[in-house]
Amino acid sequence: MKAIFAGLAALALASVATMAGAQDKKVHIAVSIPAADHGWTGGVVYHAERAKKTLEARYPGLKITVKTSPDGASQANALEDLTAQGIDALVTLPHNSDELTDPIRQVKEKGTFVTVVDRALSDRSIQDLYVAGNNPELGRVAGEYIKKELGGKGDVVVIRGLPIVIDEERQKGFDEGIKGSEIKVLDRQFGNWSRDDAFKVMQDYLAKYKKIDAVWCQDDDMAVGVLEAIQQAKRTDIKFVVGGAGMKDMIKRVADGDSMIPVDVLYPPAMIATAMELTAGNFYDQVPVRGSYILDATLVTKENAKEFYFPDSPF
Amino acid sequence: MNNITATQTARRPLSDIDLRAVAPFVALAALLVFGALINPNFLGLDNLTNVATRSAFIAIIAVGATFVISAGGLDLSVGSMAAFVAGTMILFLNSGAVSGDTGMIAAAMLMALATGALCGLANGLITTLGRIEPFIVTLGTMGIFRALTIYLAEGGSIAIKSQELRAAYRPIYFGDVLGVPIPVIVILAVGIIGAFIFYRTRFGRHVTAVGSNEDVARYSGISVNRVRTLTYVIQGLCVAIAVLVYVPRLGAATPTTGLLWELQAITAVVIGGTALRGGVGRIWGTICGALILEVVGNIMVLSDLVSEYLIGAVQGAIIIIAMLIQRSLGRR
Amino acid sequence: MSEVYPLSTAEPPAAKILLEATGISKSFGPVEVLKDVGLQLKAGEVHAIIGENGAGKSTLMKILSGHLAPSKGALKVNGEKIVFTGPVDAEKHGIVLVHQEILLAPDLTVAQNIYLGRELRKGLVLDERAMADGAHRAVLDLGADIDPGVVVNRLSIAQRQLVQIARALLVPHRIVIFDEPTASLTPVETEALLKVIAAIRKKNAAVLYISHRLPEVKTIADRVTVLRDGQLVGTYAGADLEPVDMARLMVGRDVSKLYPDRAEAKTGGTVLEVEDMAVPGFVKNAGFSLKRGEILGFAGLVGAGRTELLEGILGLRPAHGTVRLKGKPVHFRNVKQSMDAGIVYLSEDRKGKGLLLGQNLKTNLTLAGLDRFTRGMLIDAKAETQALDKAVRDFDIRTRNRDLLAGQLSGGNQQKLLLAKMMLLGPEIVVIDEPTRGIDIGTKEQIYKFINGLAAEGKAVIVISSEMPELIGICDRIIVMRNGEVAGEVSGEHMTEAEIVVLATGAKFLAA
Repeated sequence: MKAIFAGLAALALASVATMAGAQDKKVHIAVSIPAADHGWTGGVVYHAERAKKTLEARYPGLKITVKTSPDGASQANALEDLTAQGIDALVTLPHNSDELTDPIRQVKEKGTFVTVVDRALSDRSIQDLYVAGNNPELGRVAGEYIKKELGGKGDVVVIRGLPIVIDEERQKGFDEGIKGSEIKVLDRQFGNWSRDDAFKVMQDYLAKYKKIDAVWCQDDDMAVGVLEAIQQAKRTDIKFVVGGAGMKDMIKRVADGDSMIPVDVLYPPAMIATAMELTAGNFYDQVPVRGSYILDATLVTKENAKEFYFPDSPF
Repeated sequence: MNNITATQTARRPLSDIDLRAVAPFVALAALLVFGALINPNFLGLDNLTNVATRSAFIAIIAVGATFVISAGGLDLSVGSMAAFVAGTMILFLNSGAVSGDTGMIAAAMLMALATGALCGLANGLITTLGRIEPFIVTLGTMGIFRALTIYLAEGGSIAIKSQELRAAYRPIYFGDVLGVPIPVIVILAVGIIGAFIFYRTRFGRHVTAVGSNEDVARYSGISVNRVRTLTYVIQGLCVAIAVLVYVPRLGAATPTTGLLWELQAITAVVIGGTALRGGVGRIWGTICGALILEVVGNIMVLSDLVSEYLIGAVQGAIIIIAMLIQRSLGRR
Repeated sequence: MSEVYPLSTAEPPAAKILLEATGISKSFGPVEVLKDVGLQLKAGEVHAIIGENGAGKSTLMKILSGHLAPSKGALKVNGEKIVFTGPVDAEKHGIVLVHQEILLAPDLTVAQNIYLGRELRKGLVLDERAMADGAHRAVLDLGADIDPGVVVNRLSIAQRQLVQIARALLVPHRIVIFDEPTASLTPVETEALLKVIAAIRKKNAAVLYISHRLPEVKTIADRVTVLRDGQLVGTYAGADLEPVDMARLMVGRDVSKLYPDRAEAKTGGTVLEVEDMAVPGFVKNAGFSLKRGEILGFAGLVGAGRTELLEGILGLRPAHGTVRLKGKPVHFRNVKQSMDAGIVYLSEDRKGKGLLLGQNLKTNLTLAGLDRFTRGMLIDAKAETQALDKAVRDFDIRTRNRDLLAGQLSGGNQQKLLLAKMMLLGPEIVVIDEPTRGIDIGTKEQIYKFINGLAAEGKAVIVISSEMPELIGICDRIIVMRNGEVAGEVSGEHMTEAEIVVLATGAKFLAA
């Protein structure tokens, strides 16, 4: 994460340096992202809109079109519509990699600069720039934290998201993180990245297991439901809950020193803004941006929480 | 000649009706036994009250759906409507329009009920006056309510801001009276009122008549449109009541609030013995159906038998088996 | 079975026996519906089966056409013993049944229905042209000119009946069984159908014919078999039997007086006046008046606009014109308003618009008059039960079990239930559309008595019917409609079938 911030700072400097005239160049960037179907994607939409405003203000010649789609098929249609408008670059967070690889390939074949965010395409040669959070790392960081805090021994329950690649990678990373310890994963069930479903699953865990030391639910939305279920059951055996993503309420709890939420693992929806900044930089600032930018799964602790707290964000 | 064949079937309908009404309760009892065998914790008081409590949303909404479906309609918008009502209710709570926590909560509750009733009225009027299939109308409003909610939330979630308000409202979900959780009391109250209206009042009779045969109802002097519209209003009110219990649980409306509730509600109604084609409604069966759905999910998590990837398949299979049992009971 | 009428059992004519049934019995559980019934069907004869509802006619027909298997007894086709595996098997032997109920796909066209399951093809694609032509010819043969491209649910019930007959006759047949084919047909259509039957007979096939319309049976049947309570009363030569004899054999007692005495009807003041009534698409410029204690008939062909006129007046369909109830102008926007004003309407479509077939008797009985059974918000279940008891007594609704569904009653009992339902409203004017359609003769007599009784109580009654003898038998006056207009009115000695037919069809018919 820090590396990226440094990069952005460099970009900003570069843009100041090349202020003379280049900003008037006409460039059209299309942004295709999923509709806000849960908190995290809601954050993506918010940050995309915000980045559009700041970038268009910074580069008068730049036009950014943001288009949200509720599912993979309609995203493929949206890509065709956007291409038809004549675009110079595409920044996209695909609903799912397999389904959208070919539609994006077609965009690429028209000579468009392609930036892919979060979910890598099946054929990586299509993407000029890849910006993503680190899913295995998100699992690993959480696993290592739990291992350390529990002293290498204890009973943990896990709430998964939906059965897609991201979730699998996080699970594998988590298993790696706790490897070599006596941490026992009692159960893994899907909570569908929904507060309500996570609440239910947690209630059932509490009924099923008399002793639970920690909960890893890899998503802050689900953590809300988990905390509520624990509070209702008045159980004191659970020492803490580890979520993920960086939802502002959870970051605030970390900052406030809440013992149930001692840390959070970053997987910021703002990565879409990073991708848009870098893509714009490719056109205006003559800085090389091609390649992969993997954001750290930073462990947010009480000490550094303030850096990641954005009270205006909806997420 | 017909009256001789009629004599043949004369003794059948009695037992037939009884068995069908009883079937969902038998299925629930069987599931309880099954659950107890799978995991002894299942029958624990905490677990059972948890399951009963969280079945409240679907149960309450499904009581409304029983009215709509019995009258020959369908409402696919209930899940989105729940999210919309919850969202507007929380925004109202955050507005601080009324001073004092209790007053504020009471006012917000009234506002939620009014919003729900209006949403239902919209569904009803568009279906009846516009003469459009309810499937299409409510599919449309389903999208509208959902989008409005996301718009109001600016893509994120809408949470109760004041911690005091949240604390004051929280007991509506988590509290109990003499050990009975408040949501369970609300289910019972909605069930009793629903059953009273459905079985004992003129309006309830008219609902059945309209669902059995619209023409006969019309030729009998019943205003079919009025009855149908009112069933949607009742549905809207039930959604609002469910929201009154939902909001204090997590204190927020999110884009996933009420997702797929419409399908769960319809499933509960059908498991309960109400005919999808209309004309037969069973309020208590519906509530039983909602409990069955929740119990199945609970057993799945409590058991270690099924891979987490296959839970959906097992749930689907159990629901189909429950329906097959009911059908065979009805045929005997 | 004692002989109730001194008639010799007819000797079968010396033609080839196509079908022979001996000792047929059928039981459903403990109830025996048919007991030891025998029947011979000869090539080139029309053989009528008559009997009251419940006499076992339909069951016998279903056995003969392979829809049901007999519990005892044997069937012989062309002298060979046979056991049908189902209706398709029977059709292979040339036996087709024209059902009483209309079994057509309502959203398909006439041609599509007629050829359903046996579509004509040209290569892989449907030969629409050939099917349309074939269907058109088939309905023209029945004397009806129905566009084969029209969707069935836009046809009248009579037209649907004809389509169904056309469909059945498309099967290569040696024996055609008609189960009450004319129940919903007008006289003209009936006549056309009887011609078709005569044509079938000419081709040396046999026709089994079930009907409640005894005069029709008289005209067409070579032989008549009478059933009563599941037993054979006898088979008679058609020429030997008059309708009144048939009725006597069916009922087992004298029913020569089917229609009650309309002795010097005491009519009172005018209660209803209708002027310039128009129902868009159906009726224009119609007017009539109705007096207290009067029974007014409406005659006309199907499509003449009788039902539509009355439905228009009562707010069941959009209409405009002047309606005065006891001198006061009224305009009913829905049927509830006309009910509240004291007018009730019993639809000709008992199953589709009159009763909730899937609900029990009580629910049906009190549906229209539910206001009378509610106290505050509550339905008074006890009062409902009492009302049902009273209705069962007053209207002689025969049901062994009060928890039956309305759909499980016979047609006659359904009509009685519908009457009881509407009478609960305490109306002053009663409109009954086709009061005895599909109802056996014993029940018909009862219905006529009820109607007569209503008039005697001082209520005004309107009867719409396609059965002219019925209208002539019970009405004081008859209004005849043609093409959506009132063609004329007959009363007194002018109430004859001839005069009504002239008015109903126009002079052209007479000339033809």
